Amino acid sequence: MGSTAKNNLKALLYLLPAVLFLGVFMVYPLIDVFVYSFEEGYNSASQTSFGIGGFNYSYVLHDPYFLQALKNTLILVAITVPTSTILSLLISLGLNTITKLKELFQTIYFLPYVTNTLAVGLVFMILFKKTAYTDGMINFLIKAFGGNSVDFIEGPYWAKMMVLCIYTVWIVMPFKVLVLTSSLASVNPVYYSAARVDGTPPHRIFFRITLPMISPMIFYLVITGFIGAFKAYSDAVALFGTDLNVAEMNTIVGYVYDMLYGDSGGYPSYASAAAIILFAIVLTITVINMLVRNRRLRYVE
Amino acid sequence: MENNTDYNDLGKDIIVKRIISRTITYILLALWGLIVLFPFYWMILTSFKSYSSYNSEFVPKFYIASPTFQNYIDAFTTVSLGRYLLNTALFTIVTTTVMLIVTILAAFAFARLKFTGKNIIFILFLALMMIPNELVIITNFVTITNLDLRNSFPGLILPSVASVFYIYLLKENFEAIPDNLYYAAKVDGTSDFKYLYKVMVPIARPTIVTIIILKVIECWNSYVWPRLITDDPNFFLVSNGIQEIRENGFGRENIPAMMAAVVVISLPLIVLFLVFRKTVMSGVSRGGTKG
Amino acid sequence: MKVVLENLTKKFPSRDKKHPEDVIAVKDFDYTVKDGTLVGLLGPSGCGKSTTLNLISGLEKPTVGKIYFGDDDVTKIPPENRGIGLVFQNYALYPHLTVRQNILFPLQNLKGKDKMTKQAMETAALNVAKLVQIENLMERRPAELSGGQQQRVAIARALVKMPKVLLLDEPLSNLDARLRLQTREEIRRIQKETKITTIFVTHDQEEAMSICDEIVVMKDGVVHQTGAPQSVYDDPKNLFVAKFLGMPQINVFEGEVKAGKLVIGKEEVLDVKGVRDGKVYVGIRPEGFKPADDGAFSAELERVEILGRDISVICKSDLSQSGMIRAIVSSENLIDTTKSTVSFNLNPSKVFLFDDKSEERLF
Repeated sequence: MGSTAKNNLKALLYLLPAVLFLGVFMVYPLIDVFVYSFEEGYNSASQTSFGIGGFNYSYVLHDPYFLQALKNTLILVAITVPTSTILSLLISLGLNTITKLKELFQTIYFLPYVTNTLAVGLVFMILFKKTAYTDGMINFLIKAFGGNSVDFIEGPYWAKMMVLCIYTVWIVMPFKVLVLTSSLASVNPVYYSAARVDGTPPHRIFFRITLPMISPMIFYLVITGFIGAFKAYSDAVALFGTDLNVAEMNTIVGYVYDMLYGDSGGYPSYASAAAIILFAIVLTITVINMLVRNRRLRYVE
Repeated sequence: MENNTDYNDLGKDIIVKRIISRTITYILLALWGLIVLFPFYWMILTSFKSYSSYNSEFVPKFYIASPTFQNYIDAFTTVSLGRYLLNTALFTIVTTTVMLIVTILAAFAFARLKFTGKNIIFILFLALMMIPNELVIITNFVTITNLDLRNSFPGLILPSVASVFYIYLLKENFEAIPDNLYYAAKVDGTSDFKYLYKVMVPIARPTIVTIIILKVIECWNSYVWPRLITDDPNFFLVSNGIQEIRENGFGRENIPAMMAAVVVISLPLIVLFLVFRKTVMSGVSRGGTKG
Repeated sequence: MKVVLENLTKKFPSRDKKHPEDVIAVKDFDYTVKDGTLVGLLGPSGCGKSTTLNLISGLEKPTVGKIYFGDDDVTKIPPENRGIGLVFQNYALYPHLTVRQNILFPLQNLKGKDKMTKQAMETAALNVAKLVQIENLMERRPAELSGGQQQRVAIARALVKMPKVLLLDEPLSNLDARLRLQTREEIRRIQKETKITTIFVTHDQEEAMSICDEIVVMKDGVVHQTGAPQSVYDDPKNLFVAKFLGMPQINVFEGEVKAGKLVIGKEEVLDVKGVRDGKVYVGIRPEGFKPADDGAFSAELERVEILGRDISVICKSDLSQSGMIRAIVSSENLIDTTKSTVSFNLNPSKVFLFDDKSEERLF
């Protein structure tokens, strides 16, 4: 046996588990999902289909449940991505100006990252929920400030969307604060000294020096934030239960799973079409972000 | 600069301004801390309230007059919380271990071994990093169903043991180890495999710990795949368990008992985090986003 | 504008738990920088020279003492109100701004009656860019410039507000040898043209000696000597200053004074009337040796290096602290390299004696 052949065999042995698992559970499904999405009238029981075409996409795009899910997801993205980014930036800026208690705050702020989304979502639900016995914690506060109580969990659409956004922001903040704090701390302090000597006012230091210096990290957070928010699902389940269509709170990912499984399930073709639409949206936004970023960040060495 | 009488006042003015802005900063930071901590406080508080006292509070109370452990007893007896915890622990340990082995072997091959088509294969690997889980989960669901692996541990574990991102992370780390060490080991007659686990793995320990932390958090909180693949409560993980408790749980809307279950489920990761705080935080900032 | 430092002291709280007492970075600094002069703060790293610069700029507040710009006490004035320009060691140019934007930056901060029109700002920026000769680089970003060009931009940015005092922190340390020579001449030229009082910090004695009107030699937070470079060189107050200035370094021997005669080893090498008897450190500048067949000082010849105009004669000697003696002599002197020893007479003005305990100058 030649040494090249021997090397190849050895490498194959080391790579075999990874290749096997990735092949079966990633590469094959990736091809398969496109096949599914174009197979019309696929029946999972008989494993037969009528033919090939774009009907699945057309069905999904006309399905009121999908449109509701799309709308919900877009609202969620549009609200939570800017909110969480700006909020985490403010918190990180605050954290970087203090030394006492800094570690304690950082530890506390990170806690939501290590919690179970479903479990803590339940806590949010009871905080916001209005029942026969009690208006709940949040409504108690609202009334204390002179407002009217609202059922945030089974009440009007805007109220439900608000809770979902609040919970999503609460969940995504730890990562953003963590990354931005270390990014801010890594700006060379000599730039701030230079700015001080020049008498630069604080707002100008922030917009002309700090922000441009950490903008690569902010772009990264915005992109990952977009992707994350488009894939929202378990936060919604945590708050509103598994029957999201009834609650009008479904998301695109939720729609995919519902098509696949559950009471309305058994339609892998529709699920595939919806998943590919989601993938296309996410990909488009990522590419647009990258283009904007490349234009804005030419100077970064 | 012309007039030198107000120099001292200028100094005082700035100091006062600084104290005010420092105080405001602390107040706002503490406020966010409160928002983060409040749900935790509320779940612990509620978990010690008795069912009747909770339901009799029209205005929620911020303290407990007579704490009770009954909810915790209920959580383990009325519903199978113990089983969910055990399932999740088993799932987490096995998945993480198998994933680690697969990852280390593949990273070693890419970082250290020479073989035909290595670059092309690696680029294909990287391309897979862009594929979202949502896209492949559909077929995986069908595959696992066809293999008759629904409601089984292999069915839960198998699809999540290969991670392109972790292979990439570890490969970069392995490549940073100087070649000289490898040649020195070769001269001493060390086999590749022995070199891998005697030299490379110990050197790359921080990265491996990062990977373990991220994977454990991911496993403990995983919900979507287990939900698709299990409908037998005997195989539920904590996330599905909590959903099950919520929907069919204690026979009635027993919020305090639910909160006790939530506390029990949340505790392991929180304790783990508080113990390995620095490692977890640096690992997460290196390793990317949640989910 | 003159800058007066009065009894200036800076202490930092100790970070070492074993030694909780404060670290004294600068101690009792008294000095006046005359209007329109270029002064170098010189010393080995950790001597407190950068801290002193930060105190003058206002980035640090002194623990004790006062700073005057002209007749104004600026001790408590924040940096932005002191009217200074500061050039940082690594330049601190904003990487995302062009050269023009970097230079304009300080002007755009001006408020109230100092506020300038856009046109006036552009003119000021262009003028200062011409002064430092970077007017053709205005639209580049710092990453596209060489080290020397970045340095010029940093100086331009510091000068654009026409500061009363210009401060430079190790301005040449990030440049290669050739650029360093060129840039230091450039700094001298700019200072002469603008007549701005300039203080710069360096650890390189050659740099300071070559362009400064006055130098301040520091060690461990204490000022050892101040004065014009040549006078400090010719008349060092103590052993540290003698050793720190001069390249090649001064030769130091352990010697003894006996009845007005300086003895090194067994040879009586020089008359030193009026110096007390006892052990001393002897410093002899390399140019203080004069080859002479019947010279009073002899040493074992190691090798001769021809440097062009001069010759460097290197001898072995156990009496020297470094184990070597380096003498620089004019190339008109012929050294017989076949002999194993050479003899020298010493030029008394190049020989310094220091107390063996306090290391203070005796002769």
